[in-house]
Amino acid sequence: MVTTKVNHQPEVIEAVIIRFVGDSGDGMQLTGTQFSDTSAMFGNDIATFPNYPAEIRAPQGSLYGVSGFQVHIGSVEISTPGDTVDLLVAMNPAGLKTNLQAVKPGHTIIVDTDAFTRKNLEKAQYDSNPLEDGSLENYRVIEVTMTSLTKEALKDIEGLDNKSITRSKNMFALGMVYWMYDRSTEHTIEFFKKKFKTKPHIIEANTKVLNSGFYFAETLELIPNAYSISPAKMNPGIYRVIMGNTATAWGFLAAAEKSGLELFLGSYPITPATDILHELVKHKHFGVKAFQAEDEIAGISSAIGASFAGDLAITTTSGPGLALKGEALGLAMMIELPLVVVNVQRGGPSTGLPTKTEQSDLLQALYGRNGESPVIVIAASTPSNCFDYAYEAAKLTLEHMTPVILLTDGYIANGSAPWKIKSVSQMPEIKVNTINEATENWHPYDRDEDTLARNWAIPGTVGLEHRVGGLEKDRVSGNVSYVPENHEYMTKIRAEKIKRVQKYVPEIETEFANEGDLLVIGWGGTYGSLHSAVKQINEEGYSTIGFAHFNYINPLPKNTEEVLKRFKKIVVCELNNGQFANVLRMNFNGLYILQFNKVQGLPFGNNELIQKFKQLVK
Amino acid sequence: MEATVKEYTFKDFASDQEVRWCPGCDDYVILRAMQKALPEMGVKKEDVVFISGIGCSSRFPYYMDTYGIHSIHGRAPGIASGVKLANPNLSVWIITGDGDAMAIGGNHFIHVLRRNLDLNIILFNNEIYGLTKGQFSPTSLVGQKTKSSPYGNTQPPFSPGELAIGAQARFFGRIGGNTPKEMTQLFIEAEKFKGTSLIEVLQNCPIFNDGCYDNITDKAVRADKQLFVENGKPMIFGKERDKGLILNGLKLEVVTIGENGIEQEDLLVHNAKEEDPTLHQMLVRLEYPKVTGIIRSFDDFTLEEREAKLTAEVKANSKFTKTDDLFFSGDTYEVE
Repeated sequence: MVTTKVNHQPEVIEAVIIRFVGDSGDGMQLTGTQFSDTSAMFGNDIATFPNYPAEIRAPQGSLYGVSGFQVHIGSVEISTPGDTVDLLVAMNPAGLKTNLQAVKPGHTIIVDTDAFTRKNLEKAQYDSNPLEDGSLENYRVIEVTMTSLTKEALKDIEGLDNKSITRSKNMFALGMVYWMYDRSTEHTIEFFKKKFKTKPHIIEANTKVLNSGFYFAETLELIPNAYSISPAKMNPGIYRVIMGNTATAWGFLAAAEKSGLELFLGSYPITPATDILHELVKHKHFGVKAFQAEDEIAGISSAIGASFAGDLAITTTSGPGLALKGEALGLAMMIELPLVVVNVQRGGPSTGLPTKTEQSDLLQALYGRNGESPVIVIAASTPSNCFDYAYEAAKLTLEHMTPVILLTDGYIANGSAPWKIKSVSQMPEIKVNTINEATENWHPYDRDEDTLARNWAIPGTVGLEHRVGGLEKDRVSGNVSYVPENHEYMTKIRAEKIKRVQKYVPEIETEFANEGDLLVIGWGGTYGSLHSAVKQINEEGYSTIGFAHFNYINPLPKNTEEVLKRFKKIVVCELNNGQFANVLRMNFNGLYILQFNKVQGLPFGNNELIQKFKQLVK
Repeated sequence: MEATVKEYTFKDFASDQEVRWCPGCDDYVILRAMQKALPEMGVKKEDVVFISGIGCSSRFPYYMDTYGIHSIHGRAPGIASGVKLANPNLSVWIITGDGDAMAIGGNHFIHVLRRNLDLNIILFNNEIYGLTKGQFSPTSLVGQKTKSSPYGNTQPPFSPGELAIGAQARFFGRIGGNTPKEMTQLFIEAEKFKGTSLIEVLQNCPIFNDGCYDNITDKAVRADKQLFVENGKPMIFGKERDKGLILNGLKLEVVTIGENGIEQEDLLVHNAKEEDPTLHQMLVRLEYPKVTGIIRSFDDFTLEEREAKLTAEVKANSKFTKTDDLFFSGDTYEVE
């Protein structure tokens, strides 16, 4: 089959942000994924973010049925999927209407004019056709009769119904964009061959449409030139593009293999965490036991049971689910068993904004249980480091014998980025606290002197029969104890155990400036936005602005206060109302802590951050 | 495997903790029956796990010298399911009460029965909340006066067996709280059964609901008021062994042998193994006689059998043995 090649000299640019939008059924996710995968394999740095409607099959052509996929590729470091876009590909009027505000003025919009029918315009609530009424005069609009051209391209292929013909118009759009950005169609054609192995006519059809789009763009005078984005400077190695949720799941696979334990997941479907369940159920070949329970509570309960029986046990959820799991998490903390709870945060409170991102579960993670019940809380900050922090969560829970909450969020969980693949052999050792033999004077609450972790005696081990439970326990035997001094002692020990984790986690480091006028602080999934904003402002000459991003929340890195004190002002940027800022205020006195907050279900935009930082150092 | 199991006595299963139930409580009977049953089961002590929720009955694991978790209210089925899925070799027991299983833990109770892991559930049904000192439970009778229903309970009760069989329970047994010998035997049968076994114990609470089962379990009336069913045997009861059950249309009917031309051969013969639960449900619902013994014991695949089969198939067809195989598979690319 023919693959395409760009046969002229394209203009070299550093980066581009493209958004593909259309109806839920238009295949925009596939189109975007193909473009980003092709670019990654070409060597670009990439970041992507899908945006789909909450409705599964929203009415065709409606504003709320628009599905989109944004991809940011570059020959430079790419930290976010980007805010405003250089190219919008709109497959219908509803897509254009809902996404126009994201296009940089003067930049390009490609539309399928065949979709701009009176009916579709009405559904998109347009009073007049935007292609005709001058409302797009600030943009470079490329009008393409994409549906007709797709039909024309496929007129000679037999065995295709009308629906599958129309449905492949997304490949026409992709072909055009491949030409515009100097990309070969080869990877996508290979993809067709794998995906439609048994349907050669579908492979042929898709390939034909893709190439038609490519050649159409090449010959179209409306497109002045193609652009080229060179490979980015990245560390040598083998890479793949990975989504945050997949990376999280794989981090646990790696930790299970490294620790020699079997992985157990107890979970209940909830957006946007469900993809972790979807991923782990596939891996029975590694002995993964993924159990879809009847509810969130049974999800965590089964994980507690599996942990008691000696598995590496995890449960995955999002905000409302964490609320339901609170009591059981308290039990796991009380009986000092290893357990990881992954909370892929979404917009709250209550049902909130399930498909949108937010960081508003931080205080719930820290304090959302009855009684004094501290747990370790860590947060991943990019799609690919979800792998590292899932691994780290497993390592910490096993080595310290206390539950760990791993916070990610919808933005990094659904986003994707290149991941330099890590072999399990490269990962740090995990020391498991199991005790295999009865010794004289053994007690269930015997502790490691350094970590204070209790030992882990697993059913099936002769002579270590013991009972644990939610009632306060005697400091040694683990038997029920109502002794007042014992309760206070145990409360303090459980807190001290968490505090001692400080010794085992890295210190906080600053980027761009070690001291100065302003320290920008973030945590979790905002890393990309904050990092690129502070980087940009430093390049503009604001060299006294530093950046510190937290992945360890409880306990905080031990040098936190010292680092914070090196700056005159501190601004904590969060997608909530100021939760981490308050945690810092509570922990450290006498610091001048400002806040920058956004609670729109959206990530930070680059411009709003830069404006804010400039204003703060004025 | 059984050959390696050492000989135990009931003492091997008693922990060093002082038992703290109220004097005269049937819970003592259940505890002793369990400690006597375990040595008969051919399981190793270190493989036995008791998981309970919250309530008087849920203190049970503390008194057993086995592995155990006294967990949180209603959630024992979830925790026990995790234990069993993690290690199918264990003998896992859920200890629960009427409130724990059917009020706060109702959802977990029906789903654990539906899934059919090889677990055993002992349901201590005393038709009252004991640990919180005397409120009505999901099995309290309409009209029953309790601390939270001073003028009489207005909420109609569940019948645990009916609920359980409705939720696909493959094994259901019922036993009076004052018949330790039969109880011990039922516990042994529950362990032998491959699948989730549920045993409802009609447990007297001497403090908050004393005598609630007197008209069924009292020694004086027991033989006349209870029908203890055994698989393959005719449904006969009564002090004189002269009463029995027949099916009259769609209803069970009590008949007397020798009256109206009824012979013993006319009586229903108990078939606990029948898949169709219709007759089992009728036996469960019957008020007179109250049916005890193993009412239902239908053999089916367990969840762990289904899972193990699937896992073996997936493993046999998979190209992955190590996680590295997965990580480096598919669309990878090299940066030099």
